[in-house]
Amino acid sequence: MSRFSPYDNNGGSCVAIAGADYCVIASDTRMSTGYNILTRDHSKIYKLADKCILASSGFQADMKALQKLLAARHLIYQHQHNKQMSCPAMGQLLSNTLYYKRFFPYYTFNVLGGLDNEGKGCVYTYDAVGSYERVGYSAQGSGSVLIMPFLDNQLKSPSPLLLPAQDAVTPLSQSEAIDLVKTCFASATERDIHTVSSRVLFLPKYMVYLMFFFLLPVMPSLGNVENVAF
Amino acid sequence: MKLDTTGLESALPLFGANCQMVDGFTAAPAFDLPTTLDFDGFQKEAIQMVKPAKGTTTLAFIFKEGVMVAADSRASMGGYISSQSVKKIIEINPYMLGTMAGGAADCQFWHRNLGIKVCRLHELANKRRISVTGASKLLANILYSYRGMGLSVGTMIAGWDETGPGLYYVDSEGGRLKGPRFSVGSGSPYAYGVLDSGYRYDMSIEEAAELARRAIYHATFRDGASGGVASVYHVGPNGWKKLSGDDVGELHYKYYPVTPSTVEQEMVEVSGA
Repeated sequence: MSRFSPYDNNGGSCVAIAGADYCVIASDTRMSTGYNILTRDHSKIYKLADKCILASSGFQADMKALQKLLAARHLIYQHQHNKQMSCPAMGQLLSNTLYYKRFFPYYTFNVLGGLDNEGKGCVYTYDAVGSYERVGYSAQGSGSVLIMPFLDNQLKSPSPLLLPAQDAVTPLSQSEAIDLVKTCFASATERDIHTVSSRVLFLPKYMVYLMFFFLLPVMPSLGNVENVAF
Repeated sequence: MKLDTTGLESALPLFGANCQMVDGFTAAPAFDLPTTLDFDGFQKEAIQMVKPAKGTTTLAFIFKEGVMVAADSRASMGGYISSQSVKKIIEINPYMLGTMAGGAADCQFWHRNLGIKVCRLHELANKRRISVTGASKLLANILYSYRGMGLSVGTMIAGWDETGPGLYYVDSEGGRLKGPRFSVGSGSPYAYGVLDSGYRYDMSIEEAAELARRAIYHATFRDGASGGVASVYHVGPNGWKKLSGDDVGELHYKYYPVTPSTVEQEMVEVSGA
């Protein structure tokens, strides 16, 4: 008799690339369970702070719970410190939040992207229980094993552990990075049943002077990748 | 002077207690536990999801000038390399280092907890730095209280305190050993071979760094689960200092350069007709 499992995998992939003064975070929008598609229109991206965006793939119920918890903690932080949380601070908060559920983990594979205190792009990548590191680019989710080798080949970011230290952010321009991400999803769609690229949400981040654009609903066209600017 | 002993209190998780994160000042975190009859079975299943990054090579040894600590940087999930740039040498505080082997999240979290809660609180409460003996003992006690719950930690605490250089091995079974040389991880047999045969107590810092680097390189050469960047740190009386971080692929060609062999017969293009 099969035991009740509290987990499910809703599939999908997330990618983030850090640049010199921007960060691109993208995810696909398919939510599935087994071979069934639950919806084609579910974003895995969530804005935690002005300069900090979370993208998670895995079990979407845990993802929702995690987003709510982090948003609440961020609100408390804002009330206590009168400012928004920086991306590195949110990075450590997410790591601790995940580890507090070490014995009943959140089944989410997260990528946190944004701008650090100096305005450089930063990407933090996590496993399900909170181990994290700052990297120049990352992919998580069902398509990650397909996307990561491609990004390794194209971006070839030097390891942050090397001494003398080399910059991990990519020298690409923002539009080049966006094109690269579109290509990633197009390739992953070819070989991963849980990832599609009919609609991919981007959140390119400029420096402090970014104004909010309203979410532009874009008609999905077959096999084409649209972007929604935020 | 009354010593602060809050760090010695049991860190056992409180059953049914809510997450105490908002409070922020409790010394020991309280973990939510799943309500299930079969805790061990559930942990076995849950751990499959995480597939903790094992497979590593870390080493540390004491010598005349202090402690040398080195590690690779590969994290693997089963057969997939999840990262080539994992920081396995964790800077607990400016004069103490911890190495990571076993579950990445477990090591990161408990070292961070050690540095921030245990060591810094001790310094503030007692107006002097905590010793390596003390820090490793507190970590070992904390890990012992979670024994059997599936944590996977194999760490070395290296530092310099009032008694000189200190090196302890601490693991998630609750074991704690004091010793002059340790290597932990899947690549440790290879590292031990190089380390033990080349070790002398009276080495200079450069010689010791080169020994550590070579030991990590040889382990990454033969162990598939180790690789990436070989980091070497030195802990001296003024604290730790990162000495080098070299890609092991480049180290290979540095130690075994490609010599062009003499050409005996050479094929050349012949112009048509």
